[in-house]
Amino acid sequence: MTETVTRMPVTERLMTDRPVKLSCRNVWKVFGREAERFLQNRSTPPSADQIADAGLLAAVRDVSLDIHDGEIFIVMGLSGSGKSTLLRCLSRLIEPSAGSILLDGDDLLKADETRLIDIRRHKMGMVFQNFALLPHLTVLENVAFPLSVQNVGKAERLQRAMEVIDLVGLKGREQSYPRQLSGGQQQRVGIARSLAVNPELWFLDEPFSALDPLIRREMQSELLRLQNVLKKTMVFVTHDFDEAIRLADRIAIMKDGAVIQTGTPEELVTHPATEYVAEFTRDVQRAKVVSAASAMRPRSAGHFDSAVAADLKIQAVAAQVIGGGKPVAVTAADGSVIGELTPDAVLATLIGREAQR
Amino acid sequence: MAVLDQTAPASALRWRNWRWSLAWIALLLVAIALISLPSLAPWAIDYPKQWIIPLAAELKALMKWVVKNFSIVTRAIASMLQLPLDLALGLLAKGFTIGNGAEALHLPRLSWLGLVVAFTLLGRLLGGGRIALIACICFSYIALFGQWDSAMLTLASIAICVPFAVLLGLGFGILAYHSPKFDTYAIRPMLDLMQTVPAFAYLVPVLLLFGFGPVSAMIATIIFAMPPMVRATALALRQVPEDIQDFASMAGCTRRQRLWRVMIPTARPLLMVGVNQVIMMTLNMVIIASMIGAGGLGYDVLLALRSLDIGRALEAGLAIVALAIALDRLSQAAADQGPLDPTAPARRHRYALVALAVLIVTTLGGLVWPWLASLPKDMTLTTGPIWSEMIAWINVNFFDAIDATRTWLLLHLLNPVKQFLLKTPWIVLVAALGLLGLYLGGIRRKQGWHLAILAMLLFAFSAVVGLWEKAMITVYLCGISAIFACLIGIPLGVLGGRRALANRILGIVVDTLQTLPSFVYLIPVVMLFRVGDVTAMIAIVFFAVAPAIRYTSHGIRQVPAHLTEAATAMGCTRRQLLWRVQLPLALPEILLGINQTILLALSMLVITALVGTRDLGQEVYIALTKADPGRGIVAGLAIAFIGITADRLMSAWARRLRQGMGLAAAETGAANH
Ligand SMILES: Nc1ncnc2c1ncn2[C@@H]1O[C@H](COP(=O)(O)OP(=O)(O)OP(=O)(O)O)[C@@H](O)[C@H]1O
Ligand SMILES: [Mg+2]
Repeated sequence: MTETVTRMPVTERLMTDRPVKLSCRNVWKVFGREAERFLQNRSTPPSADQIADAGLLAAVRDVSLDIHDGEIFIVMGLSGSGKSTLLRCLSRLIEPSAGSILLDGDDLLKADETRLIDIRRHKMGMVFQNFALLPHLTVLENVAFPLSVQNVGKAERLQRAMEVIDLVGLKGREQSYPRQLSGGQQQRVGIARSLAVNPELWFLDEPFSALDPLIRREMQSELLRLQNVLKKTMVFVTHDFDEAIRLADRIAIMKDGAVIQTGTPEELVTHPATEYVAEFTRDVQRAKVVSAASAMRPRSAGHFDSAVAADLKIQAVAAQVIGGGKPVAVTAADGSVIGELTPDAVLATLIGREAQR
Repeated sequence: MAVLDQTAPASALRWRNWRWSLAWIALLLVAIALISLPSLAPWAIDYPKQWIIPLAAELKALMKWVVKNFSIVTRAIASMLQLPLDLALGLLAKGFTIGNGAEALHLPRLSWLGLVVAFTLLGRLLGGGRIALIACICFSYIALFGQWDSAMLTLASIAICVPFAVLLGLGFGILAYHSPKFDTYAIRPMLDLMQTVPAFAYLVPVLLLFGFGPVSAMIATIIFAMPPMVRATALALRQVPEDIQDFASMAGCTRRQRLWRVMIPTARPLLMVGVNQVIMMTLNMVIIASMIGAGGLGYDVLLALRSLDIGRALEAGLAIVALAIALDRLSQAAADQGPLDPTAPARRHRYALVALAVLIVTTLGGLVWPWLASLPKDMTLTTGPIWSEMIAWINVNFFDAIDATRTWLLLHLLNPVKQFLLKTPWIVLVAALGLLGLYLGGIRRKQGWHLAILAMLLFAFSAVVGLWEKAMITVYLCGISAIFACLIGIPLGVLGGRRALANRILGIVVDTLQTLPSFVYLIPVVMLFRVGDVTAMIAIVFFAVAPAIRYTSHGIRQVPAHLTEAATAMGCTRRQLLWRVQLPLALPEILLGINQTILLALSMLVITALVGTRDLGQEVYIALTKADPGRGIVAGLAIAFIGITADRLMSAWARRLRQGMGLAAAETGAANH
């Protein structure tokens, strides 16, 4: 199951064309005394020095994002860069110091407590780094818990819980307690629990960081498989760039609380906005990220022996292009030829030389 | 400050030490001057009578007013407790009588045999064979030694007190968790006071408000036993992982669901530790509470002690111990039990059914065979006469030796210290405490000045309310006992810290010492040393030695292994390792142990009033027998203030040492003790 699952072709997933599910504008989270007043009393955003001088700590600074329906949106950054804080602002687990957050066009920050509880009960699910399972409940009860706080009838909630437990592949362990499960299994419970209410918006804060590398890869595949079925809007936090590339439709890179670049993995690799982003992407296997469309050049020959789709990754077409020994056509979704891909370009991408170009 | 001290040039350091010596010498000179020239300032030597504030009388008047105007409230509370108590008493001790006159129907109480079986089953369910055996032995002991009737009276009141104390504690703990302000300004000071004011002191107002009887005793017990539950609840809720709290929000829990369905179940293990503590505190109160009308084992001990019937006192005392051990182990097993076993509910039902069946059969059987209802006298054992004879024998054969020890201690140790404290001018002692506060708290820090002023005010309180002499006797008795406890406890702790086997044995000893209700210590000592200060001192030493052992051995064991290894690698002998590395590093922890020892000594002090000491404890005891709330509260406060002063000074000392060692970061961890 591990390696066979791949993302669907880009053409089906032009995410930015879809409606915006969750968006935030100029969100700040400043820790410290009287942080709100500090932000209110100024016309221009404060600089890093001004914040530090005031004895405050800006964990999230001036972040604006649009997250589209059905997209896997990854927030990525080193430890302490403010990813969790941003996620907690987006889910309003903490109040942002400034800015606005729109869920389906409604201002989430204006919702009162009852409304917020309602939104969380029906629209949001969250998976936690350390699983956050309730130790006194069985797997089944844990998964059914979000439904039971909504007073869903017992038969119905148990049935639904069994469904999602089945979905994450834990059938047979319903009566176990969390302590009796391995880390990977516990996180499957966490995932099942967050899916029990069938949320539209799914928050995951480093869900696989506590797992060892092999299990982590397995869980990533599992997540992709689930997403192919469920098509949720996902906000996924990680500090592992490989994980980000593997899962993401789009990635936002954070540093010191600010988002310094947002884009598809390919955009980040081919056009890093800053030295910092370039540093992150240096060790990435480019062939897995760069698509034929980015590596192609304008067509020169009139006739091609074979063709590849523009959105395929170089890794997927390498054998075909290099084996043929001749340039191949690159075709758009409608079948028209938009350029050609030479074996040299493929080789260059494979050995990562293109970075120096 | 600590950093400054370390970097200061050597000359400055020497000068600073000099200054402290000068200050102490100056104080000594003042003392000598005051004593040798008594006419110079007589008010500074003995606190003048006309300056005494009659706080006790005013409190008494206040209490009278409260009693007169709030009797509705007190009666409501009393009846709220009376009902469940009657039920428990009926079940366990007295049976029920329905109707009256000749045709009244009498339902029997539960059979002793049935209860022994039921508790054994409970032990097996909660903790397996070992706990079952302990429960079986303890309850059989109570039955066979003829203590059953009294023990069931005691158990009935415990069975009602514990749930009330737990629920109240839970409530206050939740409040403290939700409102940190309320916690710092209301709950924490209240708990500090409740833990330092001796339990005796609140017997008096309770007695006045609720009258003499079991209900009063229960109320006093509940007040006494609640604090650990409050602390455990607040702590347990604060320790729930943030992830889980976030999950509660994201699952869309309402506030109530969040508390009852997420927070409290997650915090359960720590909460159960609190419950265990409540049970132990309740048992600790058994004898004290019998002074205001609780019957049962406590009352038996009290009566026997008063008539110096050692054998009977010991038997009833041992029955309390048996009850304490059984309940302690059962509740600990319940606390340790996770919800791991999926078959648990089914198993619980099976056990409950069996226990119920046994109870019904034996109880009904009791109607036919009376020995099932209560063990007849000729089937019970008694060791009372044996104990009495043994004591008589010891007294006949060793009277001279014991008496010589007693006299020697009195003449060469106790009396001189007592005289010293009584003769020193009060103002000098108060000033000395202030100076100590400044020295330990740091003269350049605000806290240092706060500490000095607090220590002086709290200590002077005794003088102002006219209890100076009794307070000094308290300080002397408690101080000497604490010193002895440390002299015994710290070396034992060192041994335990360095040798695994010793540690295991000491662990058992300390556990047992802490399970025993404080009164029990008094019994054997009274037998040998009769009443007086020496008896009190020895009993206090036994009672208070446990924390000195426990903290020392923990402190030594937590010295990081890489440090001891480094020292060994440098060629330290074992002795050098102890004195140069382990002891200095464990010192802050040891100080915490000493601190606890002092507090325990103070709380035991009041109980030793029964054997005729002349300190503040006696004052409280007298107030109790005379039902004088003002006197009781004032003397209780004076004891509490001595305790708080000692506590703050020791904590400051520990902090100072820790900073000196650059371990200031460890402070937060240690503060949790
Ligand atoms: N409640 C808080 N009070 C004060 N500072 C905080 C608080 N929560 C987070 N911070 C600070 O905000 C910054 C960002 O923290 P955050 O937890 O969002 O980082 P992160 O990117 O999630 O890191 P990690 O990968 O370690 O989880 C950190 O410097 C942290 O110390
Ligand atoms: Mg984080």
